[in-house]
Amino acid sequence: MSDLAQARTFDEFLEGIWRQNPVFVMVLGMCPTLAVTVSAVNALSMGLATAFVLVCSCGLVSLIRNIVPKEVRIATYIVIIATFVTVVDYVIQAVSLAVYEALGAFIQLIVVNCIILGRAEAHASKHPPLTAMVNALGMSIGFVIGLLALGTVREILGAGTLFGFSLFGANFQPWVVMVLPPGGFIVLGAWLLLFAALKRRKEARLVAPGGGHGA
Amino acid sequence: MAPESLGQIFLAAVLANNFVLAMFLGLCPFLGVSARLDTAFPMGIATTFVMLVASLCAFGLNLLLTLFHLEFLRLISYIVVIASAVQLVEMFLKKTSPALFRALGIYLPLITTNCAVLGVALFQTAREYSFAQAMVFSFGGGAGFTLALVLMASVRERLQLSSVPGVAQGTALSLMLAGLLSLAFMGFAGLGG
Amino acid sequence: MSTPAAPQPQATPATSLLKTLGLVSTVCGLIIVGAYQGTYDAAAANRRLALERTVFKVVPAAKSMAEWQATPQGIRPAAGEPAAGAVKFYAAYDAQGVLAGIAAEGAAKGYADTVRILYGYSPACQCITGFGLVSSKETPGIGDKIVTDREFLANFEALDVKLNAELSALANEVKAVKHGSKANPWQIDAIAGATVTSRAVGKAINDSAQLLLPKLVPELEKLGKKPS
Repeated sequence: MSDLAQARTFDEFLEGIWRQNPVFVMVLGMCPTLAVTVSAVNALSMGLATAFVLVCSCGLVSLIRNIVPKEVRIATYIVIIATFVTVVDYVIQAVSLAVYEALGAFIQLIVVNCIILGRAEAHASKHPPLTAMVNALGMSIGFVIGLLALGTVREILGAGTLFGFSLFGANFQPWVVMVLPPGGFIVLGAWLLLFAALKRRKEARLVAPGGGHGA
Repeated sequence: MAPESLGQIFLAAVLANNFVLAMFLGLCPFLGVSARLDTAFPMGIATTFVMLVASLCAFGLNLLLTLFHLEFLRLISYIVVIASAVQLVEMFLKKTSPALFRALGIYLPLITTNCAVLGVALFQTAREYSFAQAMVFSFGGGAGFTLALVLMASVRERLQLSSVPGVAQGTALSLMLAGLLSLAFMGFAGLGG
Repeated sequence: MSTPAAPQPQATPATSLLKTLGLVSTVCGLIIVGAYQGTYDAAAANRRLALERTVFKVVPAAKSMAEWQATPQGIRPAAGEPAAGAVKFYAAYDAQGVLAGIAAEGAAKGYADTVRILYGYSPACQCITGFGLVSSKETPGIGDKIVTDREFLANFEALDVKLNAELSALANEVKAVKHGSKANPWQIDAIAGATVTSRAVGKAINDSAQLLLPKLVPELEKLGKKPS
């Protein structure tokens, strides 16, 4: 790959991690994000499962992008995504029953995760396979980071453990609501609040004295 | 057949295990369409209708698939059926109420990717509901979804007139609101036995 | 001079649409079937392993187990699909191949969703000897105390499930009672603050035992020998 192409690919990769982070910026794929992030392990497992589906689907969609007529493209994408979700469902059962029980119905619900269909339609259908898969990989990592951010906070506050390891000893009174549905909403809202505050501060600094940043 | 009574299933789906606030299904439209009451309510109705159709088809499909031992095609067939049902609703709305069709905009085809619709189909299969139970379950789920949507929209409309700190505006606020609603709904747990 | 009505923007002919859909569906179908076949054995092994682990936990002396069914006509080793109205249970044998106990599943609605348990039954004392959780979604820190609360677990060390004189049902219904008010060996002292989940465990055991034990107890000798 030429230097420019390499730089562009790397850029695509970074896009999904920060600037277009699916959880914090695009606020997509909320359902699994809030439902399974009751512990860091579950968050990681869901992230990896989604990553598998996202990368494979984008790869296959990109491969056939030139032979799919535009009238049936959404239907085709959905069938492809559903295929890989079914695959990951069986693979998880074969690898770890505990993870399978923990993630429950949300494994199959990956198929309606807006991130995947969105990426397939917006990106994979317009770029060659390698670029599409790299971008998908970047977005997956962004998704995993978002999930982990939620999962760790909820597990630490709601159970006093991290990845199963007790942090505070036996006398810790867990903030149980954190691992219940309301906690999911509140923690994500808190993260978004934090990022908005940081963004504001950054913008205030840019406009601060010494600027002449006006038009 | 699962042992729960129809009343229990309905109450549970609407209140105790509300699809949005307790089971985390249907969040994208919940956060996206709930800014105004006059779009939230029709959206809820449209989704309920799609849920009923999806539930009906899923029940039939499941019978067929089990008969031919093709369970691994379950997910694909469910999602294809849902996509078709949404197309039907879109065409119907376009003809009968173009204004509403325009108001709902992109969120109408997005009902296809609404976890709540696929969730209904998957849950009723997993719990082995009979036909009547499945219908009540999907209707309850849709009613619960509409309820949550309407509650959220009403509060958000009022919030537009209050002075909310700039950093909290937008999605962060909606999420905090949803958290409070969810907390309130937890009070219904155990309702209906 | 102008060309007759300009042709519509090329709508893809239906055959081409069908061909593409057909191709995509075939490829996807193959992928799914391949994954299913490839993972079937590993997944089944996982499930059997998890079941064995729980059975060995509720029947402590067990070293091996066999699946049986209790039908209206009597009990027999499980083979293939369960007959209509048959109740599944597991006979656990110790290292010498002697029957160490029975394990059976029970389920009842708890606080959040169904609570599924596996309980151990000892024919010698006609009592439950313990239970293990198969699946539950109870509130962490509250409902999930049923597996950690020592006082609650003590209820199940010798939970009386004797049959009545006609051997048609349990002599006394197994039920969870308010914390601190247990008076009989067939009652379960509920966990204070987790009554709903405690009651679910009681109901799960009761419902399952009422169905299973009247069919099982009269034919216990059949289980004495481990089926090959």
